[in-house]
Amino acid sequence: MATNYETVIGLEVHLQLSTESKIFCGCSTSFGADPNENTCPVCVGLPGTLPVLNKKVVDYAIMAGLALNCEIAEYSKFDRKNYFYPDLPKAYQISQYDLPVAQDGQIEIETEEGIFNIGVTRVHLEEDAGKLIHEGTIDKSTGSLIDYNRGGIPLIEIVSEPDMRSPAQARAYLTELKKTMEYLDISDCNMEEGSLRCDANVSLRPVGQKELGVKAELKNMNSFSSVEKGLEYEVARQKKLLDNNKEVVQETRTWDEKLNKTISMRGKEEAHDYRYFPEPDLVPLEISREWVAEINETLPELPREKYKRFISEFSLPAYDAGVLTGDKEMALLFEETISYFNDPKTISNWIMSEYLRLLNESELTVSASKIDAEGLGTMLKMVDDGVISGKIAKTVFEKMFETGDRPAAIVEEEGLKQISDSDKLAEIVNRIIADNPDAVEDIQAGKDRAIGYLVGQVMKETRGKANPGMVNKMLREKVK
Amino acid sequence: MISRKDVEYVANLAHLKLAEKEKEEYTEQIGSIIDYVDKLKELDTENVTPTAYTVPMKNVLRDDKARESLNRKKTLANAPDKKNGLFKAPRIMSDN
Amino acid sequence: MEIYEMTIHQIRKLIEKGDITAQEVTEAYYNRIDNVESDVKSFISLTREKAEAQLDNLSDKKGILAGMPVGLKDNISTEGILTTCGSKMLEDYCPPYNATVTNKLQDAGAIFLGKTNMDEFAMGSSTENSFFHNTHNPWDLDYAPGGSSGGSAAAVAAGEVVAALGSDTGGSIRQPASYCGVVGFKPTYGSVSRYGLVAFASSLDQIGPITKDVTDSAIMMNVITGHDPHDSTSVNQDYPDYTDFLKEDVKGMKIGLPAEYFDIDFDNEVKESVLAAVKKLEDAGAEVEEVHLTGAEYALAAYYVIAPAEASSNLARYDGVRYGYRSEKDDDIKNMFTHTRHEGFGPEVKRRIMLGTYALSSGYYDAFYLKAQKVRTIIKEDFDNLFKDYDLIISPTAPTTAFKLGEKKDPLEMYHADIFTVPVNIAGVPAISIPAGFDSKGLPIGLQMIGPHFGEGKILQAAYTLEKILDINKKRVKL
Repeated sequence: MATNYETVIGLEVHLQLSTESKIFCGCSTSFGADPNENTCPVCVGLPGTLPVLNKKVVDYAIMAGLALNCEIAEYSKFDRKNYFYPDLPKAYQISQYDLPVAQDGQIEIETEEGIFNIGVTRVHLEEDAGKLIHEGTIDKSTGSLIDYNRGGIPLIEIVSEPDMRSPAQARAYLTELKKTMEYLDISDCNMEEGSLRCDANVSLRPVGQKELGVKAELKNMNSFSSVEKGLEYEVARQKKLLDNNKEVVQETRTWDEKLNKTISMRGKEEAHDYRYFPEPDLVPLEISREWVAEINETLPELPREKYKRFISEFSLPAYDAGVLTGDKEMALLFEETISYFNDPKTISNWIMSEYLRLLNESELTVSASKIDAEGLGTMLKMVDDGVISGKIAKTVFEKMFETGDRPAAIVEEEGLKQISDSDKLAEIVNRIIADNPDAVEDIQAGKDRAIGYLVGQVMKETRGKANPGMVNKMLREKVK
Repeated sequence: MISRKDVEYVANLAHLKLAEKEKEEYTEQIGSIIDYVDKLKELDTENVTPTAYTVPMKNVLRDDKARESLNRKKTLANAPDKKNGLFKAPRIMSDN
Repeated sequence: MEIYEMTIHQIRKLIEKGDITAQEVTEAYYNRIDNVESDVKSFISLTREKAEAQLDNLSDKKGILAGMPVGLKDNISTEGILTTCGSKMLEDYCPPYNATVTNKLQDAGAIFLGKTNMDEFAMGSSTENSFFHNTHNPWDLDYAPGGSSGGSAAAVAAGEVVAALGSDTGGSIRQPASYCGVVGFKPTYGSVSRYGLVAFASSLDQIGPITKDVTDSAIMMNVITGHDPHDSTSVNQDYPDYTDFLKEDVKGMKIGLPAEYFDIDFDNEVKESVLAAVKKLEDAGAEVEEVHLTGAEYALAAYYVIAPAEASSNLARYDGVRYGYRSEKDDDIKNMFTHTRHEGFGPEVKRRIMLGTYALSSGYYDAFYLKAQKVRTIIKEDFDNLFKDYDLIISPTAPTTAFKLGEKKDPLEMYHADIFTVPVNIAGVPAISIPAGFDSKGLPIGLQMIGPHFGEGKILQAAYTLEKILDINKKRVKL
């Protein structure tokens, strides 16, 4: 009888914090500078240099800890993690070993299978390493070039408990984590650019067994979908081994996006003996409860809370609430628009269809686009008041998106106001009836679809401005 | 007391290439220092907290302000090898 | 008296009176260097050009050290000037920045004559571990100057500089000062910025002055102490004017003599000389009592875990990538790392890196590193408790006077030269070494005074008083 296995996944996420200066020196963290332009004696590890901790980095770690429902340490310290690699200027990374800033938290996630609580083991601070550029090919490398601009950029590492039971849950956790950190505005969270990095521990165990199975550590996944794909591949690989009574080996495996598989890195790593010890060049942190309270005051409403509130307060479908709160700026736009036009579902529809389409087409973010709450709200009100038709509204919105002009001005300028004057409409309708005797016959013969044709002709004549409801009614009356 | 194997393990961790003769010397010398240091075991430290910092201080922090970086020419001036504004190091073999 | 035999305060008086110019002072010292450096070999590099530039910029400066020719130990970073740490690894290394103390001295008007010799990465007690050459004790050229700041101590004793800076991790200022018959001060940990001092053991390292007398020591302390935002372990507080403590007065001062230190089997001449000096302090009104401390052997054992452990990490950065020596065996990165470090470091440095790596490695951390940190607590609390009742503790600086160059071969034997100085660094407290007499070979004997954290003032006061009573530090070497 084949054994049923349970998947066990834990994630380690590294986030670059979006501070102005590096964690231990005053060099800029700006992206895109020429190689080694953002470096100084401290972050290149010149002999005699010393680290001085950036306060904002601690603030951000506390913030992340609070958002993940962690205990914030009263006493925390830094440690050295010793290993040699050319991108590590001091041959040790200043990190936190046994006393991280935050521990014992959790985060709620939702998948198609339901709602789950994922434990957060710890949130700790550390410095990033430099960037290696390999010369030649991987097989025939002629050397490596090193840019230390990234060296010393502040990172938080968020380690989860092995609480996820499927690759889909892992993805949901990552998504929720990313959203949360974006709401806190402490990181760009861009996986492609490397400001969010994720490693996964994955193992299988027979259903009902308490002890964890032998795990593989999965690295080099560069997007959310590659995390999910990599984990799916790995689960299948391990299951196949176990089904064939073979052993899973504890090892690090790398996800190969092109080959769509994980590859063993066994034998390609040093034995890990990091010789952690307290960093003597930094003094400990004592995080007072006042400090924590101060940070707590600044916490925004988090995406999960907002999601729940959008459902309860605005009676939105869960799907809508999910999409809207998926982006902090979008959620903000939505809520602000309500004060100009109090119909949440209509706003939601408009944002999720027209607005998202335009954003995707132009590859813009909400904050970079020219649409604001007042514009969107007044435009929707114009539709509701019959000033413009729903169809014309799309044209108006595109103009707003393009130019940032107010909807009233656009309608005025382009003469897009809806024609609801019955005398004026009657004149046009009569003309259309006269010009289309065939269609009139069809209608009279019971072919109702021909009405649509005539409405279309009226709209064409008025360049879409005719009030479609009135035109429809008029045609029916006049033809019968 | 420390074995030759210990010495080899430690030399590998510390990235020190040792000649056979040095391995022998270090096994003996470090062994005798370790024996001396073993003296520490004579002291009862059961309820003693370790001291990492002799002058107790806390929360030494600076404001998040970027200042000018070092001129790149100066950063690279001492580099044994460089190329196009980057430090250059030998290739990384797969078994590194 | 020759200019090169004078102290800072003596020369300053002459400059102020207009009897002599800063140029003439520098010239006198360079003449002295020309005459004796080939025998003493205190320096790794001489910086005449830098000295001349500093003299040129001096005209409108009225700093406390205006025109004073000083030497800097070669582990103190000097922008554009070689800072080798006595190592092949950094033979060609020119820092692009100044250590905080370098700036402080420069701002006070000091003239940099050169960078002084030292044991490689400050690891040693004789300066024989320098990659470059041995330094000779000016009192007898066959003898070692002590170490690791042997070049600084010898240069001051030989009159090649008026004062120098050293660094002290386990006695590296005080022990060579003792061997060379000059005054060496290791300040409280955190009172002098370590920014720019090439790290040996971060939690123990401290920069301090080596001078011809106690008054100069106080003057130098005024210049180099103070909070530095670039060093997180630099203590942010008001620092006193140390010259305020230069008073001949020890009445009522409580002095402890640790029985456990005097019980150690060490040179009798040293012991007698130190006890005789203590007697003089007692005669001058000090109250002297025997006290008890945890044995110095334990401090030494803790030191030889903590210092190498920190060093193994601090010295890991010398990998041939960003600066310093790179081996030609560089077909791949791992080979380049291991050969660079094998060829670039000397035997003592490698020994300590190995020892420290071992003490931190998986399975040994608790037994060695953690244990040593706990013993550190015991030693520190010992001192803290004693200083509730006593102003000062006195001991010899070193168990012997200077030993001959090449005489000590066994590492452990060499380590014992630091038996009295090491506990001070372990506890982070300040201590001075001042000359207390000479042995039958005519070699200087050093006496160590230890005070509580930030108790520099009382130390200087007692040292100043003893210096006046003994009246021996006017004696200068004959070269």
